[in-house]
Formats: sequence, C-alpha cells, structure tokens
Amino acid sequence: MSEKAGRYGEYGGQYVPETLMTAVHEVEAAYEHYKNDPDFVKELDTLMREYAGRPSMLYYAKRMTEDLGGAKIYLKREDLNHTGSHKINNVLGQVLLAKRMGKTRVIAETGAGQHGVATATAAALMDMECEIFMGKEDTERQALNVFRMELLGAKVHPVTSGTMTLKDAVNETMREWSKRVDDTLYVLGSVMGPHPFPMIVRDFQSVIGKEIRSQLMEREGKLPDAVIACVGGGSNAMGAFYEFIPDTQVELIGCEAAGLGVDNPKNAATIANGTKGVFHGMKSLFCQNEFGQIAPVYSISAGLDYPGIGPEHAMLHETGRAKYVPITDEEAVQAFEYLSKIEGIIPAIESSHAVAYAMKYAKTLSKDKIVVINISGRGDKDVAAIARYRGVKIYE
Amino acid sequence: MSRIQQAFTKGKAFIPFVTGGDPDLETTEKLLYEMAERGADLIEIGIPFSDPIAEGPVIQEADERALRGGCTTDRLFDLVERVRRKLELPLVFMTYYNPIYSYGCDAFMKNCKRVGIDGVIVPDLPFEEKDELKSVCGQYGIELISLIAPTSKDRIKTIAKEAEGFIYCVSSMGVTGVRSEITSDIGGMVSLVREVTDLPVAIGFGIATPAQAQQMAAFGDGVIVGSAIVKMIASQGKDCVSAVGQYVAEMKAAANRKTQV
Repeated sequence: MSEKAGRYGEYGGQYVPETLMTAVHEVEAAYEHYKNDPDFVKELDTLMREYAGRPSMLYYAKRMTEDLGGAKIYLKREDLNHTGSHKINNVLGQVLLAKRMGKTRVIAETGAGQHGVATATAAALMDMECEIFMGKEDTERQALNVFRMELLGAKVHPVTSGTMTLKDAVNETMREWSKRVDDTLYVLGSVMGPHPFPMIVRDFQSVIGKEIRSQLMEREGKLPDAVIACVGGGSNAMGAFYEFIPDTQVELIGCEAAGLGVDNPKNAATIANGTKGVFHGMKSLFCQNEFGQIAPVYSISAGLDYPGIGPEHAMLHETGRAKYVPITDEEAVQAFEYLSKIEGIIPAIESSHAVAYAMKYAKTLSKDKIVVINISGRGDKDVAAIARYRGVKIYE
Repeated sequence: MSRIQQAFTKGKAFIPFVTGGDPDLETTEKLLYEMAERGADLIEIGIPFSDPIAEGPVIQEADERALRGGCTTDRLFDLVERVRRKLELPLVFMTYYNPIYSYGCDAFMKNCKRVGIDGVIVPDLPFEEKDELKSVCGQYGIELISLIAPTSKDRIKTIAKEAEGFIYCVSSMGVTGVRSEITSDIGGMVSLVREVTDLPVAIGFGIATPAQAQQMAAFGDGVIVGSAIVKMIASQGKDCVSAVGQYVAEMKAAANRKTQV
C-alpha cells in the first residue's frame, strides 16, 4: 500500500527527536527480523490462542438484524478477548518483541485504560517491569482500570500536563522513553506514532480482519458488504479493515467521536474537523488551530478522546477507500443501551460509536447484505459513566 | 561565514533560550535587549507549542503561560521585526514542526527572512525527515540547525556532514531541564563532529550553573541554557529582566574561564 516503508501516501514518517531515532530504528530492525522468525511467530500464535482466547467469535446478531429490518448484522466479538478488548492482540506481539530485544521494561500510554490494562497484563505474563501513563482526568473517569493495572503489578503515573487526557499521556510516555531507551520499549497502543509503530500495530491487529474473512466465508460463503469500527487512533478499525483493502466491494466505515456534535467545540472528530499536521511522530490529520496548536478535544469515550488519527487512516480517507463518519455522545450512549437490551451484550462506549452507525446504516441496506461491526471492547468499564450520563447515582 | 557562525568568533558562545511571550511579549522584548547587552552571542526564541514533547516541566509550563497570554506565531514575527532594528546578533526560532508545517513551510520561512531570523531549531524533525523543510529554508537563506544526542553514535558523522549554522549537541538523554550532573561522553561526540565539519558545536540540555557552563564549554564552542533562565522568568515574572541579564553575563564569563587541568 505504501510507497515506502513508514509512509502511507504523504502521511506517516518518523518525526521524533534525535534522542529517540536510534530507538525507533532498533524497533524497526527487530520487528523486521522477528516477524519472520518461526519461533516468534509460533509463540505469539500460541499466546493468541491459549492466553488471549483467539479466534474471537463472529456472532450473528439475529434480534438486532430483525429489529432494524435491513442488512444481516454480525458482531466481531473482540470484547471476549482476555482483558476485554482488541488491545491484547497488539500488546502480546509488542511485549514479546520487547522480550526478544532484551528489554526488561515496557511503558505505555492509555486513554480509557484498555491498552494500559492489556500492557500490564502482558508485562505480568512475561515478567517485565511496566509503567503506564494516563491523563489525570482519565484516571478519574476510569478509576477501576487504574486499580486493575496496579493489581497486575504496573505503576500508573497520572499525567497532569496539558489537557490531562490521552494526547498528554502520549507526550509523557515519549518523554519517558527518551530518558531510558536502553532497557525500555514504548508499547504504543494504536496505529499511530512514528514508523514502525503504525505498521507493527496494524500487523498485530490484522488478525481481526483475517478472522472475519474466514469466519464469514464459512458461515455465509461470501465477504461482508460493510465493516464498521470505531476510530480514535484507529487500531481496531485498522485491524478489521486491513484484510479487506484489496476487496474494493467491501465498504470500510470508521466511526469517530463527535462528542457534543461536529459543530460544537467539544468533539474529537479528526477526519471531519482536522487538518494536515505533524505530531506524535507522524504526519497525519489533527484537530488544531491556525497556528498548529493541538486542540483540546472531547468525547464521552476516553479511548476516542484523541486529536489525531493514524496515518494509514488519513490515507484511506484521502483515497476514498474508507469513509469516516461522526457519532455523537448521545448516539453512542443510545447504542450502548440498545445492544445491551437487544443482544445481551454490553459494548465498550468506544465500540458503541460503531454500533450507533450500524443502527442507522443497516436499515438502509437490503436483507441480502451483510454488515460486520467490530465490538472492540466490553462495556463493563463504562457502566458507571453511562449511569452518570443518565443522571443515575451508583453507590459502589 | 553566516551570521550564526560569526556568533562563535568571540570566545566561547553563550546562547540563552527564552519562550516567546512568556510571561508576555513586552517582557520577551526587554529580555532580548538585555541578554544581547549582557553578552549573549546568539538567542534562541521558542515559539510556544501546545505539546512540546522534548521539553521538561519548566519549558512546558512556559509554553502554556505564553499561549494563555495570547502569544501566536504572527505576534512573534512582529516582535522579531521590532527588535531586529536594534539588535545585530543572530536570532533563531526554536519550535516544533507542527507550528511551522501548519503555518505553511514557505510562508513561515519567507517571514523569517523578512523579519531577520537567521535559523530554526526543530527538535522533532530528525535527519531522515529534514529534507522537506531544508529545501524551503535554503530558498530563504534560513539555516536549519541539526541536533545530535548521546545515542546518535554512528549517526553523528552523517548528521554533521549535512549540518549548517552550528551543531546542537544534546548533552543528556531525556527532556530539557536542569540537571545536577551531566555524564554523557560529550568530548567523544564533539570529536566525531570535528572529523567531518568545521561548524561550531554548542552544548545544551541540563546546563544551569557557571561551573557547568565552564565544564561544558571546554568540550565545544558554546553552551545553550534554557530551563535555568525560564525558571527565573517563571518565579520573577515581568521583573525578571535585570536578574536574567546578570545571569547571562555570569554564564558568558564562566564559559570563557579557562578550565584548570
């Protein structure tokens, strides 16, 4: 797809300080070596099956399909993975890579806490030191995940700089990495950052799309007509989309967080409102002002509350191969409640953005069409926040 | 010899850094005159950025103060245009790539030339990515300063060969900020540079005391001090000007004190 390694059209690249260049080159070389190393591949495959619980189910949502009265809806159940989201796919790969590189410590950013929990889990499993950087505001929104990470042996640093959310957590993890590169790998959580991370994360997540293809072929004997996923940085979407990029008849739809609405300043819809920029190691699209100051963004979902998007998504948007739609907080919360009631599945508030668009879209399609929604994570972590949103007080 | 290189012809150069617009543009203007008067050989003016990933807390907070105070790239161009009427010393902008890129690289460099900026330091634009900006800099005669770090090793010569203005030698891993001790092999880094270029080398990151300035200057051609000055600005606000001037004079003198062997 890319013209050269690390570039997706004009997007991507390696825009990091000189202090980190040797480190990113080291990761690049190690990944190029180990991705073809039979022992590495075998060990990762075993972990994916026996530890993470892959393959994840592709579930036919019969009641939802009948209720909406349009396309057949399948749910890709990444929420059933160990640690409750797709994040484990990438993390097992990267922490195993870190181990092979001789690193003894991993650090990571986290928004909602899903990537932090997954990283802490893999670090515990592989006996690595682990430190997680999380915006202070997010540590409050997702207090349970903070405790979960600590339980797994990780040290959690609340980040108090900037807007105290995901972008600031990334800033702080990059700063920390530049202090200690010798024994430490930055386990980036999404298809973003400097090359090789967008590629590595996409490759480790691409198992999602590969499974969708084989499971659906087995079940229906054909490819889906649309694959729908939520997009913050974009790792679950990239994982679900990548396999289908050459199959141009498969529509790829990313759902971004529109917060209070795309026209309201409180949103995180990068494709809708962003412009080209260079930040967090990559050239991509970002929410920013006329002087290139990164905008404070907002979403009810801590995991989508990010002012940028992975460079490969920026390219897929530009070429028109994928389309990106904004979903508001209210639509996402309604979808959260809808899927809970109609299928008995509580999706993460992030994934609920994808469910929300599918609810609008599936009914416009005929019954012979198939739509796959990537349920990237489970919603247990969000129950308290949704209760608050609805004005319900919960006593824990 | 460019104006930047001339800054290194009066003994060891002392290069102070201030964040533009911290605490306000008037104070920055006064600081520029004062620092030039008290012995600064070249001044780095930071264009504040919302997310400065190579900075420690001191400069992060300065950037936040400046942005809250309404500092913008255009206002800093105006400021430089004003001070240029009185100041002869080289002035360089230190900022991240996004403020330049989103302004438009061509428009940015054109304005740099118009107002009298001599060079730019862009910490998140490494050697591999520099060409897209360097070609524009070249059109307007603006020098793009290259950085080398303790982990650069084999990269040092490659970077130095294509460098211009001066080489910014990052003394320590991590982010900007005052350090009690600098342990990297600065001498080794500088001698690698010397093998391929005659450009001056200035050492920065972590330098705060006159003793450190003297020690680091011995390895290269100049020292860069940011966080220690920004700390003074943070604690004294608008009244910081004469204290910063005094500090600049002390540091310039210390950098030129002969090291006892």
